Amino acid sequence: MASNRIVLVAGALLAAVVAVTAAAPWLKTPVLLALANGLAVCGVIVLIRAGQVSFGHAMFASLAGYGVAFMGRAWQLDALLLIALGTLGAALAGALIGLFMVRYRGIFFGMLNLAFSMVLFSVLGKFGHVTGGTDGLRFDRPTFAGQTLERAGFETALLALALVLALAAGWVVMRYFASANGQALAAIKTNETRLEYLGISAKRVFWGGYVLSATLCGLGGSVFALTQGLVTPEMGYWVRSGEIVFIAILGGSGHALGAFIGAFVFEFVKLYAAALLTGAWQMVLGLVLIVMVFVAPTGIFGLLSRRLAGAGASR
Amino acid sequence: MNASLFVLALMDGVSYAALLFLVALGLTLIFGVMRVLNVAHGSLYAWGGYFAATLGLAITSLTLPPWLALPALLVAAIVIGGLLGTVLELTLLRRILDKDPILQLLVTFAAFMVLEDLQRLIWGVQPVFVSGVVDQLGTLEVAGVTYTRYQLLVLPAVAIAAFVGLRWFLGRTALGRQVTAVTHHREVATAMGVNTGRVMWLTMALGGMLGALGGALASPTTSFTPGIGADMMVLSFAVVATAGLGQIGGAALAALLIGLARSFAVYLMPELEVLMPYLIMVLVLLVRPEGLFSTVAARRI
Repeated sequence: MASNRIVLVAGALLAAVVAVTAAAPWLKTPVLLALANGLAVCGVIVLIRAGQVSFGHAMFASLAGYGVAFMGRAWQLDALLLIALGTLGAALAGALIGLFMVRYRGIFFGMLNLAFSMVLFSVLGKFGHVTGGTDGLRFDRPTFAGQTLERAGFETALLALALVLALAAGWVVMRYFASANGQALAAIKTNETRLEYLGISAKRVFWGGYVLSATLCGLGGSVFALTQGLVTPEMGYWVRSGEIVFIAILGGSGHALGAFIGAFVFEFVKLYAAALLTGAWQMVLGLVLIVMVFVAPTGIFGLLSRRLAGAGASR
Repeated sequence: MNASLFVLALMDGVSYAALLFLVALGLTLIFGVMRVLNVAHGSLYAWGGYFAATLGLAITSLTLPPWLALPALLVAAIVIGGLLGTVLELTLLRRILDKDPILQLLVTFAAFMVLEDLQRLIWGVQPVFVSGVVDQLGTLEVAGVTYTRYQLLVLPAVAIAAFVGLRWFLGRTALGRQVTAVTHHREVATAMGVNTGRVMWLTMALGGMLGALGGALASPTTSFTPGIGADMMVLSFAVVATAGLGQIGGAALAALLIGLARSFAVYLMPELEVLMPYLIMVLVLLVRPEGLFSTVAARRI
């Protein structure tokens, strides 16, 4: 799929978001949640490029979210600053946990991430006097770039910011994939030993990818926390991590655009389906995931790009 | 920590380790043969527990003789484990053997999500807890500490029986040797005339039964709520990873280590209780990235 077509699809998606939220302002929240998810999914896509899946990456989103909540409550910081600091917190955590994680591949990598996230989840639930326990932490709407805004204005501003962040994240991820480090990251999937024979440290390359993925998940988590004004331990529950991986497979893990397409499809199907299928939502996710793995492992983006490429060839 | 508390923690740890070992044994057996980590194994534990509780309630409500309660636990495990193991094998695992390891993990993870919701639809979200067996068997006094016979005698006995039985089956019977052969090299075993499909089905059914047995035996002393499957999945993975994937003897030792560490943490540092298994796993993996008892795999270039 030629790059100008990508720009076209991304532009169409962007225009659709602006048009939809202008026409129906109540859709701002789901759109914001979709964008927050999309940012986190971008992070997971980085790992999938290296042939790894993490079943615990929601922990970085929840770390950033709790960071935002703590700082918002303690110091009444500006929303922009909160997002930056929350993301920074997740990046630092990722850098630290990454030191340990880069030693593992495949099953061990996926399950160790899950183990870490379960520990964080239970710590957040247990130490109720600090974290608010399972009820979570609520915080007041902060100022946005120095302006005190009402709910509607704040959401619009946040939405604009999230769109910019999404574009930037997509660009960064694709730029990273094209860079020398990104190419080396992809080589971890194909043949790590050969990579080491080239004199490149696979662990160092993977660590870079891990920190990037944690940062993006943290960014998503910060936006999520600000959208809701509330963080709960559920943000880091394994079901959330599973959802992020699910969206990556649904949208297509080959391209950052797939992450956002997947996130929007997911959010809007959830909006309508969750009401109809209360209690069976996870089951639907699981069944769709199985079908996707067997029928369309490249996801919606893969199907789309094949169609577009086909249209280009026949013309 | 005084002497009686020490004995109490010791007995807690051993009975817990016995349960943990049964679940981990199933997980590691399946991994050894299939080379797939069955994430849905945690659900087998949960389903085994719920189903055993249902049978236990049925025995009480139908006024059947109460001595049936203990055999009912075994029956529950065999029925639900065999059934789910077979279904998983036939519908999913059989079809993903040649896929990317990521996709294998994803498929079993998806199966786990489906089973978790089905379990919630069947048994609801209220805690389920049937402790008839424990009361029936009564208590026992060891070193001045009163403890239930069920936890002190039945659980370790079943775990040891499962361990010895599995060792005997894998090492001494023709069918078990075929399973071992597939564990070593699937293609060579197939070339030698082993019916790999049948061995895999058998392994999944057996592994499923072990997982469900862990749940069924836990049901009289644990209250089952949604989410227990995920906890047990990660915990049994911690045991299996500490021991080294596919190591049966190692799993026994790792289960004991983690079970004891956890029960001592309950009495000494309650905040660390949840973290203990992971701390041990992380410490072991820092020193030996493939687990305590694993053999080094050749690097393929």
